[in-house]
Amino acid sequence: MRVALVGNPNTGKSTLFNSLTGLNQKIGNFPGITVDKKTGASKLPDGKQIEVIDLPGCYSLYPKSKDEAIVLEVLTNPKNPSHPDLIVVVVDATNLKRNLLLFTQVADLKIPVILALNMIDAARKEKILIDVDKMSQRLGVQVVPISARKNENIVLLKQAIADAPAIALQTESFEVSTIAPALISQIKHDVRIKQDYVALLLAHQHEILDYLTADESNHIESLEAANAFQPQHAQTRETIARYDFISTVLQESVKQPPKDVSQTPTGKIDRILTHRVWGFVSFFAILLLIFQAIFAWAEYPMGLIENFFAWLDSIGRQYIPEGVLADLLLDGILAGLGGVLVFIPQIAILFGFIAILEDTGYMARITFLMDKIMRKVGLNGKSVVPMIGGLACAVPSIMAARNIESWKDRMITIMVTPLISCAARLPVYTLLISLVVPNEKIWGFFNLQGLALMGMYLIGTVGAIAVAWAMKKIIKAREKSYFILELPVYRTPRWKNVFLTMYEKVKTFVLQVGKVIIAMSIVLWVLATYGPPGRMDAVEQKYQTADYVDNYSEEELTFMESAEKLENSYVGILGKAIEPAIRPLGFDWKIGIALITSFAAREVFVGTMATIYSVEEPEDDTSTIREKMLNAKDSITGQPVYTVASAFSLMIFYAFAMQCISTIAVVYRETKSWKWPVIQLTYMTALAYFSSLLVFQLFK
Amino acid sequence: MKLTALKIGSSGIIKDFTDLNLSVKLMEMGCLPGERITFERIAPLGDPIAVSVAGYQLSLRKEEAATIIVEGL
Repeated sequence: MRVALVGNPNTGKSTLFNSLTGLNQKIGNFPGITVDKKTGASKLPDGKQIEVIDLPGCYSLYPKSKDEAIVLEVLTNPKNPSHPDLIVVVVDATNLKRNLLLFTQVADLKIPVILALNMIDAARKEKILIDVDKMSQRLGVQVVPISARKNENIVLLKQAIADAPAIALQTESFEVSTIAPALISQIKHDVRIKQDYVALLLAHQHEILDYLTADESNHIESLEAANAFQPQHAQTRETIARYDFISTVLQESVKQPPKDVSQTPTGKIDRILTHRVWGFVSFFAILLLIFQAIFAWAEYPMGLIENFFAWLDSIGRQYIPEGVLADLLLDGILAGLGGVLVFIPQIAILFGFIAILEDTGYMARITFLMDKIMRKVGLNGKSVVPMIGGLACAVPSIMAARNIESWKDRMITIMVTPLISCAARLPVYTLLISLVVPNEKIWGFFNLQGLALMGMYLIGTVGAIAVAWAMKKIIKAREKSYFILELPVYRTPRWKNVFLTMYEKVKTFVLQVGKVIIAMSIVLWVLATYGPPGRMDAVEQKYQTADYVDNYSEEELTFMESAEKLENSYVGILGKAIEPAIRPLGFDWKIGIALITSFAAREVFVGTMATIYSVEEPEDDTSTIREKMLNAKDSITGQPVYTVASAFSLMIFYAFAMQCISTIAVVYRETKSWKWPVIQLTYMTALAYFSSLLVFQLFK
Repeated sequence: MKLTALKIGSSGIIKDFTDLNLSVKLMEMGCLPGERITFERIAPLGDPIAVSVAGYQLSLRKEEAATIIVEGL
């Protein structure tokens, strides 16, 4: 048996899902779209195993976002592989009126349904008295008061699932067919549908339902025109009729004292957290904490992961015979894998914080505080979180943009998030800053290098805002942006939920993005290892001549040889080929190679520099490579390669360029088309190129 | 009068809506004709606002709130 959980956001639906399924859950995708599909197994008291699906939270069956549309799709299409045999509607017992609207809609789909009154403990505290039997009798379904958070009555709910009838027995809240009698009966007949309400929903939503054929959709459209169907009027009448029914049911079954929201704990906390001054003070304090955590707390586990891969590498070198296989396995695949997995701590921490912010209800307040500023530049209050997350990594942050309902706002957020300086740019910035910015203090307090680093982050952010503003003017909105958002009651975070979210996101990242990165790493490794036949052999032979063997130590020989091999590899040839294009930016062909290898991932820059300047790859200490880079002279002009102008030009390039295969992959996945990643790659490359050009030409 | 004309902390009864599109969304969220609505606070930057209705807090932009017609209490 398949059971779907349906409910408003903030009703504790996911907590219930977690307590029903425990760790027996699986996150997949609904076919063709990017909405996460959470399924899990649960055992009923009679020993029977059921499949539980957690559908995205929604306020009604009239969807406003992609996540909500999937609920309609799954529930109205009996052929959908996720179509349930039984629905458990989860409602917040402290906010029954609004929550029951969705229940009455779902009930009219005529699938067997159970009503779970969640947060019954909070309702008791608020002295809300619910006559469960009366409510059950009025609605014609089993009603189970539960507290998912306290694990109260979960067994009772499971028993109710076991006892559920196979056919729908729920009472009708109103006569659906009266909304549009002729239209509903024609749709029922022509599209072969049994339920009045499904027919009405098809009239409203046929354009977004993928399971209808184009013919069916066009036919419904023509039926609407023939019957002069006015969707908004119909929905208004429906909503009012449903609330009338809900009011009568609540009058008969619930007694609750009048509630003054401003006197509740939430109202009191809001007086501080959305205060004119303290609101922003606390917001920035929380941001600082997240920022700090992403960098400082992640450092230790990241070091562990790096060491682990270094250890694996050394083991590999010991046991795998030297040769192409060892090179491919260790330099290609293992190095690529290490490069991806090292970001796990940052992703886990970022998503841990996002889960806490969501769970406590503070996320909605961030949106409330920031909406006005963000709207000015074409974004939305909800864009703040992906953009903060962009400081760690654009990949999970672009995934986090899903909860922005407005299509245009979401697209702009996805398009500009990669401009925020992510963690992978940090090693590039620190290396280049240490080359050209003196390690001195100004005004006895500010470290110049620190200021330069902060400047780079600022430039990235300003770039993101400027581009967002430009895109606001260019992209045509499909619908008017609006902002109607529940400010949920503050609650303490449920740590189990937080940890499960962290685990899920890390898993998604490793599985989905890891594949692309490993593939790209292998391609790059091949290009950097092999060159046109003849050229590589020539290099090898050159270093075997007496001239070299007698004058240099074995170590020096290896470094010099590998540097020259890189120069003659396909990547090296490419680097030289693009040199004319990047010369105006102050870069030589060696930097060209780094730009190409960085295409898969920016952090490769330091490693490439190490190889090019034939030094041992630095572990923590970059001083040797710094020296080599400082002494590097341009092969044509004889001037130092790394001046203030060229180093800043290079940093600006890294700040704006789309050098991240994973981001391209995730944007494709989230927008379902190559159009957006291509636009993004193009505009970011152009922006990077011309900004670097400007910087170099101004400061040289 | 418009909802935005209420003083902070005071309440009104919802009478009507001036935007058909928005009214459907607002009704889904519990803003029904006859329902009591309280103007709770304004965001620090002057927009959006927070109201309480049907026992919970809802935030919406001023231009959206202005489409709700209330009778002051």
